[in-house]
Amino acid sequence: MQKSLHIDPEKCTGCLQCEMACSYENEGVFNPSKSRIKVFTFHDEGRFVPYTCTQCDEAWCLQACPVDAIVLNFATGAKDILNDRCVGCKVCTIACPFGTVNYNTATGKVIKCDLCGGDPKCAEACPTSAITYVDANATGLERMRMWAAKTDTQTSAHA
Amino acid sequence: MAWTKKILRVNLTDGVIQAEPLNMEWAQQYLGQRGLATRYLVEEVDSQVDALSPENKFIMATGPLTGTMASTGGRYSCITKSPLTGAIACSNSGGFFGAEMKNAGWDMIILEGKSPTPVYLYVEDSEARLIPADDLWGKSVWATDEEIHKKHQDPQIRIACIGRAAESGNLFAAVVNDLHRAAGRSGVGTVLASKNVKAVALRGTRGVGNLKDPMRFMNATFEHKQVLAANAVTGAGLPTYGTQVLMNVINELGALPTRNMREVRFEGAHSVSGEAMHEPRASDGKKNLTRNGGCFGCTIACGRISTVDRTHFSVKDKPQYWGNSGGLEYEAAWALGPDTGVDDLDALTYVNFLCNEDGLDPISFGATVAAAMELFEDGVLTTADTGGIELKFGSAEALVQITELTARGEGFGKEIGLGSKRLCEKYGRPELSMTVKGQEFPAYDPRGIQGMGLTYATSNRGACHLRSYTVSSEVLGIPIKTDPLVTDGKPELVIAFQDATAAVDSSGLCIFTTFAWSLDNIAPQIDAACEGDWSVEKCAEVGARIWQLERDFNMRAGLTGADDTLPKRLLKDAANVGPAEGKVCDLDAMLPKYYELRGWTTDGQLTSETRQRYGLPS
Repeated sequence: MQKSLHIDPEKCTGCLQCEMACSYENEGVFNPSKSRIKVFTFHDEGRFVPYTCTQCDEAWCLQACPVDAIVLNFATGAKDILNDRCVGCKVCTIACPFGTVNYNTATGKVIKCDLCGGDPKCAEACPTSAITYVDANATGLERMRMWAAKTDTQTSAHA
Repeated sequence: MAWTKKILRVNLTDGVIQAEPLNMEWAQQYLGQRGLATRYLVEEVDSQVDALSPENKFIMATGPLTGTMASTGGRYSCITKSPLTGAIACSNSGGFFGAEMKNAGWDMIILEGKSPTPVYLYVEDSEARLIPADDLWGKSVWATDEEIHKKHQDPQIRIACIGRAAESGNLFAAVVNDLHRAAGRSGVGTVLASKNVKAVALRGTRGVGNLKDPMRFMNATFEHKQVLAANAVTGAGLPTYGTQVLMNVINELGALPTRNMREVRFEGAHSVSGEAMHEPRASDGKKNLTRNGGCFGCTIACGRISTVDRTHFSVKDKPQYWGNSGGLEYEAAWALGPDTGVDDLDALTYVNFLCNEDGLDPISFGATVAAAMELFEDGVLTTADTGGIELKFGSAEALVQITELTARGEGFGKEIGLGSKRLCEKYGRPELSMTVKGQEFPAYDPRGIQGMGLTYATSNRGACHLRSYTVSSEVLGIPIKTDPLVTDGKPELVIAFQDATAAVDSSGLCIFTTFAWSLDNIAPQIDAACEGDWSVEKCAEVGARIWQLERDFNMRAGLTGADDTLPKRLLKDAANVGPAEGKVCDLDAMLPKYYELRGWTTDGQLTSETRQRYGLPS
């Protein structure tokens, strides 16, 4: 079963455990500035929103890469960077509409979420389940359950 | 390892900035943050200097676990000599600033001397420079934060700065980081202002690593996060209600100091409680609490993100306060509320915003206003003194007015900025000041929680709950329940809490973990990260050493055993209601035993044996 990262900003407290887990897995140090997932704070609104690559099916980054350094991982559905092929041209960072592919000045390569090969550390580290790793075909399940719980059994719903 | 083993030393007088290695011998004796910075302060600053002179130094220090995945591992402390107490100041803060300092590659930043003109320190990894801040002087914390972000065109910079209160000479001004987290107590912000430093702005991209045993560290931090999640306080109470979970509990106990500690129970407590922050308000159906926010790495997330009702008199014409910001924590809610007799949640939320916006310690501020209200009620202060403010207990309008003035250092707010002790002395009523060593009390009445009396009296930074939070044991039963009205066993309890707390405060972790964690949970995390042996026993010993060293600094500064006391009101006037009715705080029953256990003389001085036992510097 293919899985997706599912993000529920309502549950996020902005603690950055996900950013540390991500950078530790990928860089070997706790370094939010090198995290593939970022939590944004909207101070005035009182909101925290984690954001990362959604692993687009028709991935602009993959298609834009001139050296085929971004490939589909069939096991996870992730679009993985092949470091030995990446030349650091950054075209993918321009192609990505969401900004989730970024250049790493320390290595001269780009970095993006690869779902940690199917065991995303951000989801494991999140203390409030704001980030979960769920069936890719049913990312709406929790929200459906929430609305289902609110339905009045005395009346019928019309789709 | 976990330490970066590097210190950034900034001489403000001549503008020279240098990197130097961390003294690792001291790190083994004092761990980091609170302890290690104290060791540096003792070495480098004559404890008798004027706190606001260039001879005082100002240290920002992280712990070895700051910036790591250990839950709550984002803390830093500001260590300096306090202008409020004349004793050592050590104010701890969360938010994201501490972790950023570590990520930039620094265990500590030492600011020394005095800049000839206003500056801010900008640090980007290994590069650091002083930047003119003439244009920022006179601006609030919030405005300064915005300006610096704009100037560098970098939203990821983390900033700690002072507001207008510190600039005006207010003696309990805070250093505020990340807009609403504060190194709040003892006037550390005032020291920064005296050095002409408006802010420290950081950007760190190097990462925190160098763990002694990475696998063991990851396993240990994961395991102990589960302990926090499963605990009733850290897993449920604090996330749901924040520290405000205590308001109704402490009130029921008859230990909620009310109206300048004249009473021990507040009739309006519920209106300003954590529960009230969850109740939809009439005007817009929204709750005061928008959500809880975590500091860096914190899996508890007790922080409150709140709004003020925009129809409330305090903000209805001020749309700049209609958004979300840091909401009420228990101590702030108490000082601004029950201690002043004000039961208006929106007024308290607004004045708490102002405390953050201009860097006021809400505890000292609220308690000083409470003292001023008693002076006003007794006719010692009049509207001629207050600039027309009817400074009566319970008046939300008066509280709002005096907060606006104090935040900006204007009018009668300048007098409030003296702190309760100096204010009451100035007006000839020193007995109305609810302080120890010049610092105002927090939110626990020691008549109803006896251990807290000893805690306050012996605290190295003046009255404070965070030096030995025996409320845990005496009220919540953590780790074991003791009777809050009994003095037997309290000297031992206070010492155990003081030592463990000093160790936690030196690690980079938050003291709130200790509702669920003891050193048994904390030491393994330190030990997996840090070179050397960090057993529970070693951590406790380091904690005790830190306590003795702080005490030593204070004694050399001229404090004596006579300063280890409480206001007469708490020693002579019995509680009027509740379980503690008829009781005073029986400090005399605890203090001599405490001195004896600490290895001090009967007048509170360290003996040479004690100094030797802990290897204190001569």
